Amino acid sequence: MGSKGLIFLILLLIASSEAQEWAGTDEKAEDLIKEINPDYEPWLSPIWEPPSGEIESLLFSVQAALGALLIGYILGYYRAKHARNA
Amino acid sequence: MHIMEGFIPPEWCILWYALTIPVLILGSLRLKKLLNTEHSKSMLAVAAGFIFVLSALKIPSVTGSCSHPTGTGVAVILFGPSITAVLSFIVLLYQALLLAHGGISTLGANTFSMGIVGPLCGWVVYRLFKKFSFKASIFFAAAVADIMTYVTTSLQLALAFPAFEGFEGIMFSFIRFLGIFAITQVPLAIIEAFLALTLVSYIFKYVGVGEGELWAQKA
Repeated sequence: MGSKGLIFLILLLIASSEAQEWAGTDEKAEDLIKEINPDYEPWLSPIWEPPSGEIESLLFSVQAALGALLIGYILGYYRAKHARNA
Repeated sequence: MHIMEGFIPPEWCILWYALTIPVLILGSLRLKKLLNTEHSKSMLAVAAGFIFVLSALKIPSVTGSCSHPTGTGVAVILFGPSITAVLSFIVLLYQALLLAHGGISTLGANTFSMGIVGPLCGWVVYRLFKKFSFKASIFFAAAVADIMTYVTTSLQLALAFPAFEGFEGIMFSFIRFLGIFAITQVPLAIIEAFLALTLVSYIFKYVGVGEGELWAQKA
């Protein structure tokens, strides 16, 4: 199954359910905590939060890019080495 | 699966830290020994890279909400559970400090689910299935590591927030949290399993390690 298949699968997942909020499960769990225990106050809040949604998605992209770079660089190295030795 | 900063009471945070820290110490020791073996540094980077990529992707799912895979399957197949715990800890620390996903107080709890229980279950599946089918063992190890992470998060939240007193209250909450996490996760775990299978097969083919000589067993 190639990347095309994966993209198709993801599109299918989005298309299969209509008019959703597509919220994160972490936030949904947070809502459920508030429902079960309305008095609960988080006793600590994050030291630093990304100032906006854009900056948050930037940092997520950086995380993914770093990972992909590592994988691509190293696998490329071994692939070429394998080809030379073959 | 990130439990937000301050979202479970302090006593639970301490408990999950207490269970996680010994595994992280064990993992660091094994990591130190492992670094002397051939290919280990580059393969560690690939396994860590896989966790970085997959845990950054929030993918929409059948339930109408988004969640992310964990990517720990590849690391646990290559290096075993304790080293996977260290790699997960690094990713979770990055997300806690820079993305406000998870937090320092809940880092122990989140490492326990994503870095320990999930990968450990995947590891067991891998070892059990390996004799029968190479491909199936990798596929199911990755899927199980993913799903079990979210099952653990649900249990952690249910223990901290039982719907009412006693065991039944915990179970009631557990099922409700599972309703949020587990069903959403099934399609994502399948996607992750396909990716993990592709990557591990590639590694075995081009890096030149056979099925029988994994780093996890050498270290």
